[in-house]
Amino acid sequence: MSESNAKDLSYVRTEMLPQAEPPAAEIGAAKWVRENLFSSWTNTILTLLSLYVVYAVLSGLVPWLFNSVWVAGSLSECREILAATTHSTDGHSAGGCFAVITNRWLQLIFGFYPVEFYWRPISAFVLLFVALAPILFSDRVPRQLVWFSALYPFLATWLLWGGSFWVPILVIIGFVIGAVVFRFASNVIGVAAGFGAAVVVAFVWWASLMPIVNDGLHRMVANSRMDSALATATEQLETLPVQIAELEASRDALTAEIATIEAAKNDTAAQVEALREAGEEVPRDLARQLKSQISAMEDVRADRSDISVLIGQLQGQNSSARTLASNIENLPVWLAELPEQEAAAKELRDALPDHLRNATVIFVRDDESDPNDVALVQPVLDAESAVTSTEIAISGAYNRIGLTGLEPVSSREFGGFMLAIIIGVASIGLSLPLGVMLALGRQSDMMIVKWCSVAFIEIIRGVPLIVWLFTASLLLTYFLPPGTNFDLILRVIIMVTLFSAAYIAEVIRGGLAALEKGQYEAADALGLDYWKSMRLIILPQALKISIPGIVNTFIGLFKDTTLVGIIGLLDPLALSNAIRATTEWNGVYWELFIFIGLMFFIFCYSMGRYSMSLEKKLQRGHR
Amino acid sequence: MTTFTDPPKESFRLSQLIYDTRYRSLTIQVIAAILIVLSLSWLVSNTIENLRILGKDFNFGFLFSRAGYDINQRIIEYSADSTHGRAALVGILNTLAVAVLGCVLATVIGVVMGVLRLSNNWIVARLSAVYVEGFRNVPLLLWIIAIFAVLSESLPQPRDFRGDDGVSMLFADSVAITGRGTYIPAPVFGDGALALIAVFIVAVGGAIFLRRQSIAKQEETGREPLSVLAVFGIVIGVTGLFYCLQGGLIITLFTLVKLAVLAAIGAVAWAFQARVVKDLPIPTAAQTAAGVGFVIAVLGVWMFWLAPTVWTGVQSALGLSTEFAPSLTFEKPYLKGFNFADGIFLRNSLLALWIALSLYTGAFIAEIVRAGILSVSKGQSEASFALGLSPNRTMNLVILPQALRVIIPPLISQFLNLTKNSSLAIAVGYMDVRSTLGGITVNQTGRELEGLLLVGVFYLVTSLLIAAVMNVYNNSVKLKER
Repeated sequence: MSESNAKDLSYVRTEMLPQAEPPAAEIGAAKWVRENLFSSWTNTILTLLSLYVVYAVLSGLVPWLFNSVWVAGSLSECREILAATTHSTDGHSAGGCFAVITNRWLQLIFGFYPVEFYWRPISAFVLLFVALAPILFSDRVPRQLVWFSALYPFLATWLLWGGSFWVPILVIIGFVIGAVVFRFASNVIGVAAGFGAAVVVAFVWWASLMPIVNDGLHRMVANSRMDSALATATEQLETLPVQIAELEASRDALTAEIATIEAAKNDTAAQVEALREAGEEVPRDLARQLKSQISAMEDVRADRSDISVLIGQLQGQNSSARTLASNIENLPVWLAELPEQEAAAKELRDALPDHLRNATVIFVRDDESDPNDVALVQPVLDAESAVTSTEIAISGAYNRIGLTGLEPVSSREFGGFMLAIIIGVASIGLSLPLGVMLALGRQSDMMIVKWCSVAFIEIIRGVPLIVWLFTASLLLTYFLPPGTNFDLILRVIIMVTLFSAAYIAEVIRGGLAALEKGQYEAADALGLDYWKSMRLIILPQALKISIPGIVNTFIGLFKDTTLVGIIGLLDPLALSNAIRATTEWNGVYWELFIFIGLMFFIFCYSMGRYSMSLEKKLQRGHR
Repeated sequence: MTTFTDPPKESFRLSQLIYDTRYRSLTIQVIAAILIVLSLSWLVSNTIENLRILGKDFNFGFLFSRAGYDINQRIIEYSADSTHGRAALVGILNTLAVAVLGCVLATVIGVVMGVLRLSNNWIVARLSAVYVEGFRNVPLLLWIIAIFAVLSESLPQPRDFRGDDGVSMLFADSVAITGRGTYIPAPVFGDGALALIAVFIVAVGGAIFLRRQSIAKQEETGREPLSVLAVFGIVIGVTGLFYCLQGGLIITLFTLVKLAVLAAIGAVAWAFQARVVKDLPIPTAAQTAAGVGFVIAVLGVWMFWLAPTVWTGVQSALGLSTEFAPSLTFEKPYLKGFNFADGIFLRNSLLALWIALSLYTGAFIAEIVRAGILSVSKGQSEASFALGLSPNRTMNLVILPQALRVIIPPLISQFLNLTKNSSLAIAVGYMDVRSTLGGITVNQTGRELEGLLLVGVFYLVTSLLIAAVMNVYNNSVKLKER
C-alpha cells in the first residue's frame, strides 16, 4: 500500500530537471566586474576614484598627443601649425611638438659622433648581443662563442674609438703573455705567486714594450707609404676645394628655396593669425596648406643638412690632408732638429751647478725656491720641453701617416644613449671580476684581506655616486703620478667600475651565503684546494644564483649614467639641455623628457623582465 | 725498551711558509698587507707631489674664512658673511631635512601603494603597478627635473594672487602654493612655550605608561581598558587644555562661567515652559513646538541682547583681560606687493626634490612591502581566522609582525639610498651639503681634496650610523633559533 501511495505522490520528481543557466550576475563580465571592481563599499569607492584618476590623466594627455606635431623645423613653426589646427587660445598647450624628436633623435642617441661612422657604434651594439649570448643563453648557443665574448671588449673599443687595427691585437698579446707566464710559473712557484708574476710581466709589456712596438709599426707603415700618402694628400688638396665649392653652391640654392617657401608660409601664418584675431574659425584647407608648406620646407632643410654634413666631411678630409701634407713636409726637418735640440738641452743641464742638477718643474713652482736658482733652471726646462714637443710632433706625424684601420674619434664627441650604454656595459663587465674578488675577500678567513674588502665595500657604498664622479673629474689626477692626464670617459668608467664592484660584491656575497654549507664541505672532502673548489664548485653555483641581482645592479647603474651629465659629459639629459639651448627649440621640455624617459623605461623594464624570468628559470625548487 | 715513536720534532723550515697550510695564510696576509700599504703610500706620495706642483697645501683653515655666497633655503641663521664651516653646516642640515621628509613621505606612499598592489580590486592593482614600474625604470634625475618643471610651469605666480578674482590661498588663507614655492604658516614661540612642550612630553609619557598598563591588563583579563584612540585623546586633550589655560587662565575660566550661565538660563526656561505650556488649550504637538520655541527665544534674547552688555560690564567691573595670548601662535603668510611675506617659504627646488625622491623611493618600498606581505604564508591568516580574529586584528597581530621582519632591513637600505640620492639636489639648485661644501666652497677656495673628503666622510658616517641602527634592530627581531 505504501508503495502505491508513493507512486501517487505527485511532488516527488522522477526525472532530472534540465540544467539551468547560471544567474546573469554569476557569469562573464558581470561577475568579473562585481568581484574585481565592486565587491565592497571601499572597493567601489577605490574603483570610482581610480577611474577618475585615469580619466583625468587621459583627458589631458590624449588630445595633447593626438594634436602633436611631428614635422616642423622649430618650436615657433610647431606653434603656428598648432594655432591653425587646434583652434585653441594658446598654441603651446594644445598639442605636443614631437618634431624636436624627429629632428634630433639621432643626436640624442649618438651625441656628436660623426654621422659617417654611425655604423661603428651600431655594429658594436649588435655584436654585444652576440658576445652576451653564450653567457645569457648558455643552453642554446655553441660553447665556442665564448671566445668571441672574450675578444669582444677589444673589438668594441677599437670600433668605437678607432685607431690602427694592431693596437687591440697588441693589447691582447699582453694577456696571452700573462697567461703563458702564469701557466709555467704556477707550476714552479705556486698559484698566487704565479699569478703575481703574470700580472707583472703583462704590465711590463703594456707599459713599456707595447708603445715601442706600436710606434715602430706606425713608423714602418708610414715610411713605406710616405710618397703615396703625399701624392694622395696633394691630389685631395686640389680636388676637394672644388667639390666643396660645388656643394656650397647647391646648398645656397637650397637656402634660397627655403627662403621662398618660408615667405609663402609666413603669408599663410599671417592669414591664420588674422582669422584668429577676428575670432573666426581657421578653414581646414588653410591649416593643411600651412602644414604642407612647413613639411616641404623641412624636406628641403633635410636635404640641405645632408649637404652640410657632406661639406663638413669634405672639409674635415681637406684639413686632415693639409695637416698630413705639412706633417710629411716637416717630418725631415723635425727629425734633423731633434738631435741638435737634445744635445743643447743636455749641455744646458750639465752646465747647471751641482745642487740644481736634478731640479724639475716642481722646483720652479715651489714658493720656497731661491729666485736666482729658478732663473738658472728655467731655460733648461724650456729647452727640455722643446725636445719633448718635437718628439710628440714626430710621433704624432708618424701615427697620422701610418694609421691603418679606423679613423679615430675623440671622446668629446661621444654622447647620448650610446654613452650611457658604453659606461654601463663597460663598468659592469669590468666590475664583475673585481666584485667576485671582493666577495671572496669578504668571506675569507684571513683577517687583513677580510677587513680590507669590508672597508673598501662599505666606503664605496656609503658615499653617493655623484661624489665619486666629482672625485673622478676633480681628484683622480691628484692620486696618479704627476703629468698623467687621461680621458674623462675613461676616468668615469674607472670610478663607476669601482662603485659597481662594491655593489656586485654584495650581490655575490648573497649568492655565496645562499649556498648550502654541504657544498663547501664536499669540495673540501674531494681534496680540492681553495681556488679549485671556488672555480669548479662554489662560484658556478653562486654566480648562477646572483645573475638576477647582477642584472638589477646593472639596471640601477644604467639609470645612474644620467649623473655623468653633471660633470660635463653629454648624457641624454645633458643633450636635452643642449638642444633646448638652441634658438629653434628653446622652450621644449615635455617632448624631450617623454622621449628620454620612454627610452630608459624600455631598456630597464625589459631587463627587469628578463631578470625575473631568469629568477624563475634558476629556481631549482629544493624546498 | 720503549716503542713509542714520538712525532718527529721538525724544526721550522722556511718553505713551510708556502707549503704548510698553517703558515701559508699568514704569508699571504703579510704580502697582502705590504702590497696594500705600498699602493696606499704610492697614492699618498703622488698626491703630495701633485699638491706641491700646484703650490697647494692640505689644511682645513678655509672652513673658518668668510664664505661670501648666499644660501636661499636654510634652517639656521646664515648670511654671506658667515664662514665656510657654517655654510657646510647649513648644507648638512638641508640634506638631513630633505632626507627625513623624504623617508617619511616615501614610507607612506610605499606602504599604501604596496598594499594597493595586492588589492583584489583589478583597476587599483593595475594603477599601482603602473606607478611602481613607471618610477622604478626611469632615472631619478629625470623625475627630479620633470617635477621641478611641472611645479614652476603649471602653478600660479605670486602676482596672480592679487585682486579679488585672483587665485585664492588654501586652508583659511594660511597656505599659498605658487610657481616659486609654497608658503606655509610659521610657528611663533612666545613665553611659556617650553612649558607647553614639557606638558606635551609628560602627556605622551603618561599616555604610553597607561597604554602599557592597559596591554598588561588585556593579557591578563582579555579586556582592553584603554584603546589606542583614547590614548591619542588623552594626549590631545591634556595638551589642548593646557594650551587654553596658558593663553589666559582667567579668560578660560570666564568662558566656562559664560557657558554655565547659558546652560542655567536654558534649564530655567525649560522648567518654566513645562509648567505653563501644558495648560494651554492647544494640541500636544503644538504645545511641544511652543515650548521649544519659547526656550530658543529666551536663549536668543540672552545671547544677542543681554549677554554682550552684561559680560562687558562684568569684565570692566572686575578688570579682566580680554586678550587670548597663547604661548604658541602661527604666523600666516600674506601677500605683500608682488610676493608673499612672513610664514615659511619652501622653495620649489626643495619641494621638487622631496616629491621626486619620495615617489621614486616609494616605488621601491611598495615592492618591498608587497614582498613582505606575500612572504607570510597563507596558513598564518587562515589559522588566525580559525581562532576567530577579525581581519583587522589578523593584519595587526599576525601578518604585520611577521612581514615587518622581512620588510625592515631592505626598507632601511632604501632610506640610505634616499639619503645618498638627495645629493642630486644639484640638478634643481637645492643647497645640500654637496652643493655648499662640495660645490661652491670648493670652487671658491680651490680646496677640492679637503672639500670632497669632508663631504664623503659626512655621507659615510651617516650611512654607517643608519646601518648600525639597522643591525641592532635586526638582532632584536631575529628569530631566536637554537
